[in-house]
Amino acid sequence: MPHTSLKIGFVPLCDSAPLVVARERGFFAEHGLAVDLAREPSWSNLRDKLACGFLDAAQMLATMPLACALGLENLRTDLVAPLGLSCGGNAITLGTGLLAGLDGGAPAALADLPAPPVLAIPYPFSTHHYELRCWLAGAGLDPERQVRLVVVPPPQMVARLSAGQIAGFCVGEPWNSLAVHLGLGRVVAAVRDFLPERLEKVLALRRDRLEGGAPCLEPLLRAVLAACRWCDAPEHRDEVAGILSQPPYLNAPIEVVRAGLERIRFHGDMPNRPDPAQALWYLGQMERAGHVSGAIDKAALAARTYRPDLYGRCVERL
Amino acid sequence: MSLRVILIDDEPERAAEVSAALRAEGFTVVGVLPTGADVPRQVAALRADIIVIDIASPDRDVLESMRQVSFGQGRPVVMFAEDGAPETIRAAIEAGVSAYVVDGLKPERVRPVVDVAIARFAQFQALRSQLDKARSTLAERKLVERAKGILMRRRRCDEAEAYRQMRKMAMDQKSRLVDIANKIIEASEILG
Repeated sequence: MPHTSLKIGFVPLCDSAPLVVARERGFFAEHGLAVDLAREPSWSNLRDKLACGFLDAAQMLATMPLACALGLENLRTDLVAPLGLSCGGNAITLGTGLLAGLDGGAPAALADLPAPPVLAIPYPFSTHHYELRCWLAGAGLDPERQVRLVVVPPPQMVARLSAGQIAGFCVGEPWNSLAVHLGLGRVVAAVRDFLPERLEKVLALRRDRLEGGAPCLEPLLRAVLAACRWCDAPEHRDEVAGILSQPPYLNAPIEVVRAGLERIRFHGDMPNRPDPAQALWYLGQMERAGHVSGAIDKAALAARTYRPDLYGRCVERL
Repeated sequence: MSLRVILIDDEPERAAEVSAALRAEGFTVVGVLPTGADVPRQVAALRADIIVIDIASPDRDVLESMRQVSFGQGRPVVMFAEDGAPETIRAAIEAGVSAYVVDGLKPERVRPVVDVAIARFAQFQALRSQLDKARSTLAERKLVERAKGILMRRRRCDEAEAYRQMRKMAMDQKSRLVDIANKIIEASEILG
């Protein structure tokens, strides 16, 4: 079978599993694709490389294609999300120092602290940012005044928590599990417990890649979808952890990666079908946070960016 | 007034070269920082006009957050290439560097800084790949020598003949000499 070469970007996290497994377990090869995976140190790099054509596709925060289209990102790019990759992995961890001053970690008690605690998120326009805001709002806290939000790259989260520079964070795995493993903090809330069924990561590509029928799109989606299914099987989780923990991917202790995989769901209508309703929900949160003006046509943008039709076409033929 | 530049780079050697080049062009390098050095505070404290950052530094995402007013810390910065110069972004990415500029500065004022950074990063990368190549050539030559020794012992021939046989195998199998050498070494390890 002739091979099409593709370069796909990812940020080292437990939910990069479908892309990593698609490569390591041969799902890409099975679908006639020769894929180079590019590990990116930041979401900004991943976005720029996708925008400039150095990457053909990439794992992305579910909010990023929307932020890119809105010009919130430094580089305005027209992206589409034809496939969802994961949900259920994000969580909020508070450090032991902060917890000691709180009544059993009840978020409402954050308001009574002498100074607003510093909480970290991994990226400005991230799913984590809006989820953390929901959690704070649910406890009656004003995210603008009663806490201070800062951006910290995920690999630095645990070190900053340990150094006391941040009091807690909302991030994906394995970083919550690592903080717990090191005794630095406790997961006070899994995002899925207060916001069930929220899409976290998507596969994104530039809209102009759809032109000319995009012959490699279907094999790509089918390969990644097959990998999602494989990753989701409980009997494969140990092997997924083994592959992911290796140096070219997460380069993290296997037991921490294994623990991090526990909550994440990779397969099913949710997360795989990129439902515009998910995009619309995030756009609503962006508006609530003052990142987006109320004047934009949110429904049209959601439908243009999240493409269940492309996903559906490939599922039908499976 | 001379533009104030912060350089974020975990490669001390390259950072020194880039700073020297920027100073030679008349810019003021107000800080050379490693990754994780609380960028928002430093940008404000050092009153930087432009931040040049290694593309491999995860701190890029921290810089992006400074665009958002709601973060309320330090001064907003934007990526230089925002005002429509995709070739510059491409060149920067290829060289392995990115740049953030404090809002309000005219692109033509900061372009020379970015150009110097791109040129120096590219030069550094070229030098390193040359070095890697030189290293791998040396390693390859050692493998070829070892394989030659094995052939000489096994086939009881002289060095020139062993080399000729390896060349022929490489040509027949359409592979590189070093791959043939590897196969010979492997085979001899298996056969003992």
